[in-house]
Amino acid sequence: MSSERTSPSDPHDASSPTPETAAETPAGELSSALAALVEGMAQGNRSSLARAISVVENERAGFQDLLHTLLSRGRAGGTRVGITGPPGAGKSSLVSAFARLCRRGRQEVGIVAVDPTSPYSGGALLGDRIRMNDLATDPGIFIRSMASRGSLGGLATTTKEVMDVMDAFGFPRLLVETVGVGQTELEITGAADAIVVVLTPESGDGIQAMKAGLMEIADVFVVNKADRPGADRLVKEIRSALKLRSGEVPGAGSGHHGPAGHHGPSGAPSPAPERKEASGDRASEEPEVERWVPPVLLTMGQTGEGVEELVQTVDRHREWLEGSGELDRRRRRRTADRIRDVLDRELKRRVRRELARESVLAQALDRIARGEGTPYSEAAAFLELMGVDPAQAPLPAGGDGAEAAR
Amino acid sequence: MSETDRKIRVLVAKPGLDGHDRGAKVIASVFRDAGFEVIYTGLHQTPEMIVSAAVQEDVDVVAMSVLSGAHMTLFPRVRELLDAEGADHVLLTGGGIIPEDDMKELEKKGVGRLFGPGTPTTEAVRYIREWFEENRQPEGV
Repeated sequence: MSSERTSPSDPHDASSPTPETAAETPAGELSSALAALVEGMAQGNRSSLARAISVVENERAGFQDLLHTLLSRGRAGGTRVGITGPPGAGKSSLVSAFARLCRRGRQEVGIVAVDPTSPYSGGALLGDRIRMNDLATDPGIFIRSMASRGSLGGLATTTKEVMDVMDAFGFPRLLVETVGVGQTELEITGAADAIVVVLTPESGDGIQAMKAGLMEIADVFVVNKADRPGADRLVKEIRSALKLRSGEVPGAGSGHHGPAGHHGPSGAPSPAPERKEASGDRASEEPEVERWVPPVLLTMGQTGEGVEELVQTVDRHREWLEGSGELDRRRRRRTADRIRDVLDRELKRRVRRELARESVLAQALDRIARGEGTPYSEAAAFLELMGVDPAQAPLPAGGDGAEAAR
Repeated sequence: MSETDRKIRVLVAKPGLDGHDRGAKVIASVFRDAGFEVIYTGLHQTPEMIVSAAVQEDVDVVAMSVLSGAHMTLFPRVRELLDAEGADHVLLTGGGIIPEDDMKELEKKGVGRLFGPGTPTTEAVRYIREWFEENRQPEGV
């Protein structure tokens, strides 16, 4: 039984062979099946949560209405932490240790772990749960594995929305773990308030970390597998790279890492937010707020060493996010991105469907074959047909998504 | 990704105290290559762990590898727990060293087809595909 992803408000849906749950419901009104899921979630039913996630993950009929309903209930508000880093850095073990510590404080934790889909078979082997077995029967933990399904940003296309569903369920803590990433898979910024970048002494030299991407999105750096040779060197390299970025001269300004007494057991300085001082700072026109300098921590995910400090650091970061107004800024940015994503998806879907109608595409191809058009003229004509005046809709000149970048 | 090619989600589970997970790993890879989304949870799974994972992951199928001889306890127990959690729509299948009489016995208890040693892996894939086509849930739920 197949159905198109339908927007209930779309006039064409009435004629498409969608199941009874799809179409014809006005926007925002749920089918009875989806309403039952929302009701089940409100009562804390985990099967309902699991099924609601599937609806969103598979973009089944009504999924946008489901999200709309869940978001309007206003229950969301958990702290969202994203864990990213190269393959084999120990992300899953770290997530597991992190969640275990949260559970000591009786906090319930929702986890989304993404693993890659094979580009050849379309299948996926999702193995993150292997490292989380000690959480397996804890009723305060909910783990969902997702396959990336061809998305290249380190998450699946619907991971952010799945996070929203889990958030709406009421978890005070949410963790999302990306696919093992390289340097530019940065979708995670759209899914979490705080980003932890996990590296290992084997991750390569500091130059890797200085390349664009991971370095710029990290709120906290973790050098995992800290017992391996090269860990301390990597910590130093990351710190000096951070200083270069913030325009500091390496080695200068010893008082930049907060009171010396706050040094952690691993020797990592405590992450005290810095007062912005230099008047020549490039961001000096912005309101005077404390700047967050990403701390670099040492951990051993498997034994749990250093993880307590990581949790504390993430909590401190959270306080900073709230106190500085950065949390609101990030969420606004994220919401803007979400609106763009939803529009992109919706427009793409409609364009595809229109193109599939009555050999519109075939006619265009014939005209091009006769030399009467080019792909560009045909696309413009098609836009006009859809009611978009091409002249009014210039393509963005590379500025698109600029707001998305931090 | 359109929902017309909705992925089949399978939990591959290895219960019991033995460390023989080769079969489970092989079948997990075969399922991945068949285009399934496979959740593999590693060794030493209790029935409770398996069912908890199956519910959270909202899988279509639970495939257990049982080589320890404990299949007459493990399969019915997992079936029971699945049903108790409202996951009675989930197919429970599996493989291992299981005598044919036991397979029949388990089938009566709501367990799907079980595969003995030497079964071509393609047979398990075909079985799951066919089951999925016949039993997949209506869209929207």
